[in-house]
Amino acid sequence: MMELQQLLQLPLQLMTQYLGTDLAFVGWSLLKIVCVIGPLMGGVAYLTLAERKIIGMMQIRIGPNRVGPFGLLQPVVDGVKLVLKEIITPSAANTGLFYLGPAMVMIPAMAAWAVVPFYPGFVVADINVGLLYIMAITSMGIYGVIISGWASNSKYAFLGAMRAAAQVISYELAMGFALIGVMMVSGSLNLTEIVEQQGRGIAGGSILSWNLIPLAPLFVVYFVSGLAETNRCPFDVVEGESEIVAGHMIEYSGMTFAQFFLAEYANMILISAMASVLFLGGWLSPFPASIPVLGAPCFLWWVAKVAFLLFCFLWFRATFPRYRYDQLMRLGWKVFIPVTLVWIVLIGAWMQTPFSIWK
Amino acid sequence: MTLALFYLFAAILVLAALRVVTARNPVHAALSLVLCFFTAAMLWMLIKAEFLAISLVLIYVGAVMVLFLFVVMMLDINFESLRKGFWRFFPVAGTVAAIMLGEMLLVLTSRYANLSAARLPEPAAGFNSAKALGKLLYTEYFLPFQLAAVLLLVGMIAAIALTHRQRKNTKFQDPADQVAVKAADRVVVLKMEAEKPAHAETDTTHTGEKA
Amino acid sequence: MSWTQLNLAVATPEIFLLVAALIVLLSDIFLNERNKSIAYGLTLAALAGTAYLLLQSAGQSPRPGFNGMFIADPLSQAAKFGMVIGVALMLVYGRSYARLRGIFRGELFALSLFALLGMMVMASGANFVTLYIGLELLSLSLYALVAMQRNNVHATEAAMKYFVLGALASGLLLYGMSMVYGATGALDIPTISQRITVHGANNLLAIFGLVFIVTGIGFKLGAVPFHMWVPDVYDGAPTLLTQLIGSAPKLAAFAFTFRLLAEALAGYKPDWSSMLTILAVLSLVVGNVAAIAQTRLKRMLAYSTISHMGFLLLGFMAGTRDGYAASFFYAMSYMLTAAASFGMIMLLSGKDFEADQIADFKGLAKRDPWFAAMMLIVMFSMAGIPVFVGFFAKFAVLKAVISTGAIWLAVLAVACSLIGAFYYLRVVKVMYFDEPENQAPIAAAPDSRILLSVNCLLLLLLGLLPDRLLTVLTEAVQRSMLP
Repeated sequence: MMELQQLLQLPLQLMTQYLGTDLAFVGWSLLKIVCVIGPLMGGVAYLTLAERKIIGMMQIRIGPNRVGPFGLLQPVVDGVKLVLKEIITPSAANTGLFYLGPAMVMIPAMAAWAVVPFYPGFVVADINVGLLYIMAITSMGIYGVIISGWASNSKYAFLGAMRAAAQVISYELAMGFALIGVMMVSGSLNLTEIVEQQGRGIAGGSILSWNLIPLAPLFVVYFVSGLAETNRCPFDVVEGESEIVAGHMIEYSGMTFAQFFLAEYANMILISAMASVLFLGGWLSPFPASIPVLGAPCFLWWVAKVAFLLFCFLWFRATFPRYRYDQLMRLGWKVFIPVTLVWIVLIGAWMQTPFSIWK
Repeated sequence: MTLALFYLFAAILVLAALRVVTARNPVHAALSLVLCFFTAAMLWMLIKAEFLAISLVLIYVGAVMVLFLFVVMMLDINFESLRKGFWRFFPVAGTVAAIMLGEMLLVLTSRYANLSAARLPEPAAGFNSAKALGKLLYTEYFLPFQLAAVLLLVGMIAAIALTHRQRKNTKFQDPADQVAVKAADRVVVLKMEAEKPAHAETDTTHTGEKA
Repeated sequence: MSWTQLNLAVATPEIFLLVAALIVLLSDIFLNERNKSIAYGLTLAALAGTAYLLLQSAGQSPRPGFNGMFIADPLSQAAKFGMVIGVALMLVYGRSYARLRGIFRGELFALSLFALLGMMVMASGANFVTLYIGLELLSLSLYALVAMQRNNVHATEAAMKYFVLGALASGLLLYGMSMVYGATGALDIPTISQRITVHGANNLLAIFGLVFIVTGIGFKLGAVPFHMWVPDVYDGAPTLLTQLIGSAPKLAAFAFTFRLLAEALAGYKPDWSSMLTILAVLSLVVGNVAAIAQTRLKRMLAYSTISHMGFLLLGFMAGTRDGYAASFFYAMSYMLTAAASFGMIMLLSGKDFEADQIADFKGLAKRDPWFAAMMLIVMFSMAGIPVFVGFFAKFAVLKAVISTGAIWLAVLAVACSLIGAFYYLRVVKVMYFDEPENQAPIAAAPDSRILLSVNCLLLLLLGLLPDRLLTVLTEAVQRSMLP
């Protein structure tokens, strides 16, 4: 593992040699960002295809199968279509903000990836307060929705924006409390350390030592709040195509519309990645470390966990009907927040007893 | 590089702050305020106070300003009329600002501020400001920290006590009741023969047993 | 650093009170409208427990805690005991009053307890941060309490005024504190005091800060020229909460002022002493003169509060041990007197009827001679007529003032008291020499009747035997002053 990391530092050393420290740092960071955002965009594109395929199968349909083998080129075609479409600005819209909105949705969805670790050392910025950074950045995504909803100067868009603001604020609290539990047992805000901590403990680095089991209620709350934060089914009242047509996106077309979609899917992947890092041990193997190949930590475990959680996103969409707005608020405030609070107190008490498993 | 970034952020901060006061549209003003907070967080980041910087973004940008925007968008406030007195009150406001500036200078030039000798302490390797802050809050500043929590609780009680109204005539559903409901409570399944027996008279006529 | 080093034991009464307040708040959720008396009982039990814990620690020498953020000294313990009594009196006197006005709710009890907690922290804070948070805890609870009767326009207006001016005062105070921090580089009181006396501070800046602090204190006490909120808030708030604002917080304000001026800024005694003199003189004159013109009893009592705060500041201005002790005695006796006076108003009030006009007391002697006599004691005590406690409180303050050589101040104070006697005696005249307009007998619960009688008789008893209390308070001040 050490050799791998040394190899990773090689381009940085080369750049430092030729460009000087400051420029090399900027260049190196840009390179790392490209390495993260590139695959992420690919993932987003094929997640849309996966969604259509999986939901199709669940509904005993075939799904897209015309473009390329098994419809594999469908995302490319969709992308080309969206790029070529005309972007229409409503005449009464607030033009500046109208175009700022989709960008403001995209930026946080991309920026949050800066601290997500893929493997020890494989992270754009390994900062001390990674967890807080994620919370802060994702909480800014709501501005895009509010701005675009308001700037469109349309009733439906505005209603969508209002719903989004109320919903995100409510679920952010539950999400924050769920993360506090993780912080407590990890004793760190650094995401790499949070994963490493899950490899220790009495069960010695298997599925039993992950946060998943002791923090099970928090994991459920986190993931369901994640569904709500990304405005996915069954919490998609913000779009609510049967009530407010498409919410804040109603006036957008072409690439501006595509930005909302890119951001939504990037956020889905982010929530899955975070859930996998915080509760499912990231790149750690579910098998005990004593088993030769299967027990070793590997990036593929990370991918497998994220893929499973993404499948859950799609599965839920095919399964559950949409929540009514008041039920959604009730769930956030009256169920999730009390559950997380009680669990935090329990965990805190547990950690003080001799039976603590996090020492 | 840090210095250049400082001036860049400072300039953005000041311009955004000016936009907050001068913007005609309240939503623009609120968004400028968001920019202000965000840039202020960047300034904090420059002096390596990452925890404070991110808290500022999380709390002010992520929560407070969202609600603020919510209210600004929902309420139809006529900001033109609020703005009318601007120039009339300007001399007073200017004087207050000048006095505050003077006092701030006094504080900054005082012996304890010691600005001329102040250098940003280079944090030791592995220094974690979140951890250091947490330690201080739970040891040295334990009492004010807990009391501040009580203060927030009082604020919450006050807000609920002053606004919550129990309306008697609203119709609402209790999801717990809805979930707890059993099929037997709603639908009565009556056991019936699938086919009705034919009329009694015809029966008797056919068999002729019960006359 | 571990838990034992925090020395939590010094704050046992506060911790108990906080836990009790949370229990009251939670119990309220499970109680329906008819069972609110259970929460009420719990509240009184919480107060009794707090008082018991305070008595347990009576007589101990000053004990710091929470890394010097908190100090439990005889002065603060005595003041806290007075505050607990003040809040308990409010709850007993106001029980049926609150019930008739629909504010007999869990929030009333919980917020009163939180207000008490704030006061106790104000008395015990040994650091600017703690002191300020205590003050805010008190103020925030009081703003909400005043506004609790939502459909009452006057109460809502009073709450708004109280909130705006209170927030302004807090801001001024905080600004002053920050300047003192800038000048001395310290927030805890012993260090500030030490830095100032050994001239390690920026004097110009510290005195700037002092001006803001004194202004903030003036606002909170309601001293002229920062008194504008007092009459409106006293008049507009439900009487129950007028009593809460008018009684126990005066003790907290005394302790707060003691911590800020007599301890932290002791080095600037000549400066703040002259500022307080101005505030005191103006309060005495304006309070007493304006009270004459009032026809509403609550408004009259508000102006009388202003003049009483003038007296309190006079004792403080002397800046001696006896001066502080006299002020403390004044605050304590005023707390009891004010509680009794507002208790009388609530006693006579009924559903949809406020006995807040002086005319409502007409012929009380014929309706109920006993309570007329009680009101007589209260008014005489406020006027400072001998054998009642108010006289000795004023006497102690005047003695302290004369000992500093400011004879003219003493003469002025006496003259103002004489003006004051006029409007207090007018209430007595109305009770005894006018014909009653309302013949209905007083319908008050026995508990508030008995307690109110005890309270009023205590004013007489303390007037006859003031030495004991005065000695206790003097000793408390003596032992609490920074070396």
